[in-house]
Amino acid sequence: MQHQNKTNDAGYGEYTLVWLGLLGLTGLTVALAGIDLGRWVIATALVIAGIKSMFVLNIFMHLKSEDRLFRIFTAVAVVTLAIFFILTFFDYAFA
Amino acid sequence: MSKAAAVSHTHRDDEGSRIGMWLFLFTELILFGGMFIVYAVYRFKHFDEFRIAGAELDVFIGTLNTLILLTSSWTVVMSIAAIRRGKKILSMSLLSATIVLAFFFLVNKYFEWSHKIAHGIYPKSPELMKKPAGEILYFGLYYMMTGLHALHVIIGMIILGFMLVFIARNVINQDSFVKLEAGGLYWHLVDIIWIFLFPLFYLIH
Repeated sequence: MQHQNKTNDAGYGEYTLVWLGLLGLTGLTVALAGIDLGRWVIATALVIAGIKSMFVLNIFMHLKSEDRLFRIFTAVAVVTLAIFFILTFFDYAFA
Repeated sequence: MSKAAAVSHTHRDDEGSRIGMWLFLFTELILFGGMFIVYAVYRFKHFDEFRIAGAELDVFIGTLNTLILLTSSWTVVMSIAAIRRGKKILSMSLLSATIVLAFFFLVNKYFEWSHKIAHGIYPKSPELMKKPAGEILYFGLYYMMTGLHALHVIIGMIILGFMLVFIARNVINQDSFVKLEAGGLYWHLVDIIWIFLFPLFYLIH
């Protein structure tokens, strides 16, 4: 019974693959920053940062294998922050 | 219930411990999130000045520190994987590597900041105050956000240092490692914050 509330362990291999993926994505975001993408600069940088964060959250922080409750909590926290962002920008757009 | 648990009567709720840690991490998310909102609004208002100021940061040091922090996230998760397999020495080595990498991160940060300060770029410096408002705001946010992040790195090093002692004393072991997991969660959050700080400050030229 004692082992039931432990997180799943992905294993050395998967962690190492994720780490290499993260390094690769860092290289990609630096390379893309060298190209003038104009208005897409922020969008591409944030998309890549978002993908990297998903890897860290799901694999390194075991969110993928945690109870559903953890994911609901995390979603609520992220959505709350997103609402702060949206409301702030509405305020600016119509000020 | 297993025989060992019945005999020792230990009350343990690893999942509860992790929920507690995650709830704390959400408060951190909101703390840094608030600063990212300030950043977003000012960048929106001073788009070109942010680009000019951002070009003054050293992309190489920023990239190097990103690689260092990502690697330290990997070593800490490997350290947890090792202790789960009962490999105490390997776990301690990986955790030590994490702390060393964190130290290198701070050393780079130190050189980066002292370089900027030597050029007269620091909050309220006469040199900085001559610049346009957007650049003053950019460097104010740069010092505030990377400074608060560096403070988290220092706290993370202290926490992981305690974990190292706990493993050495078998407080953290193959069967009970939720403390190390919580320390790891904190460290990964510090990493995630940097994942966003890096492109937003270093890669906007």
